[in-house]
Amino acid sequence: MHHEAPIVDFLGLNFNLSNVLMITVASAVVFIIALLSTRRMAMKPAGMQNFFEWIMDFVKNIINSTMDWKTGGRFHILGLTLIMYIFISNMLGLPFAIVYDHTLWWKSPTADPVITLTLAAMVVGLSHYYGVKLKGVGEYGKDFFRPMPFLFPLKIIEEFANTLTLGLRLYGNIYAGEILLTLLVGGLAHAGVGGMLAAILPTIVWQGFSIFVGSIQAFIFCMLTMVYMAHKVSHDH
Amino acid sequence: MLTNSLVLGAAGGGFNGGDILYQLVMFIILLALLKKFAWGPLMGIMQQREEHIASEIEAAEESRAEAKKLLEEQRNLLKEARTEAQGLIESAKKQGDVQREEIIAAARTESDRIKESAKLEIEQQKEQAVAAIREQVASLSVLIASKVIEKELSAADQEKLINEYIQEAGEKR
Repeated sequence: MHHEAPIVDFLGLNFNLSNVLMITVASAVVFIIALLSTRRMAMKPAGMQNFFEWIMDFVKNIINSTMDWKTGGRFHILGLTLIMYIFISNMLGLPFAIVYDHTLWWKSPTADPVITLTLAAMVVGLSHYYGVKLKGVGEYGKDFFRPMPFLFPLKIIEEFANTLTLGLRLYGNIYAGEILLTLLVGGLAHAGVGGMLAAILPTIVWQGFSIFVGSIQAFIFCMLTMVYMAHKVSHDH
Repeated sequence: MLTNSLVLGAAGGGFNGGDILYQLVMFIILLALLKKFAWGPLMGIMQQREEHIASEIEAAEESRAEAKKLLEEQRNLLKEARTEAQGLIESAKKQGDVQREEIIAAARTESDRIKESAKLEIEQQKEQAVAAIREQVASLSVLIASKVIEKELSAADQEKLINEYIQEAGEKR
């Protein structure tokens, strides 16, 4: 039950090989789904194309609820990639966790704070980039002193708080889900026949709930990304 | 035992810079791939569909307007044809009236002419008959005179003779 992380030192950087594996798998799954959906494209959509167009419309609606499409359109592909990648990542850890030689290989990549904080930092960084790009350095800088100049320190704190909450919310939800699944399956189910029987029902319930939480978290991550973007990009805030 | 398994997500010792880098790179690659293979073409086709629908609606509206225009045209043509036919009938009627008048007038003059000529002929005939009678009377009186001279009769006889001749002349005629 002691789970090690397979960490390798390469060029002075620590690589968690399980993370590397799961990031690759999640990306590959997302890419394969996208590729299958758009293999046969037609003016009259059918099958998987409908599904993918539904996802695109979903993300489009998220963007439209926070800013107008003229400025928000450029974030469509970002939101699409985020929501699909995070959803698939959240789902990957649910069916099983592969432990080989006391090292944990198969899990949700989003159950690692490093991964989620990386995504969050990337999103916040992008929001600053687009803020400067679309409004100019002057307007972007002035935004830190609005609506009141004395709020400037709070604005600075807000940026870090945004990054932390965005990353840790996702991490916490998924990690908690996996911990409880590990406890139910790895702990209770190993404690004899009675324990195994007792573990079945809560495991099923918790897995269902985890699917729900995983979907909601993917949605929330995408939604908040667009909210932060709109905050930096639009003029009326 | 359980506390150990709780380090599921923790990275252990050291800074996990490699994961961060790898995640970033993979995300950007995934983004680029999705954009190239899924998002781009799908957006294209969605755009195309939008345009198609818009153009279809436009075409439908256009053809509707055209149909309306044609209908109006046909209606006008029909109306025109109807009035034309009405006019034709009207003029034909008028012409018929005129013709009738003409024919009647011609017949009248013709009959007048025939009547005139018939009268003239009758007059001529009468004159001819009167002339013939006059001639006959003259020759008869010459005849009677010659008879009277021939016989030298008494008055009674003379009368009787004259009557005889007159009767004779009447019978002859």
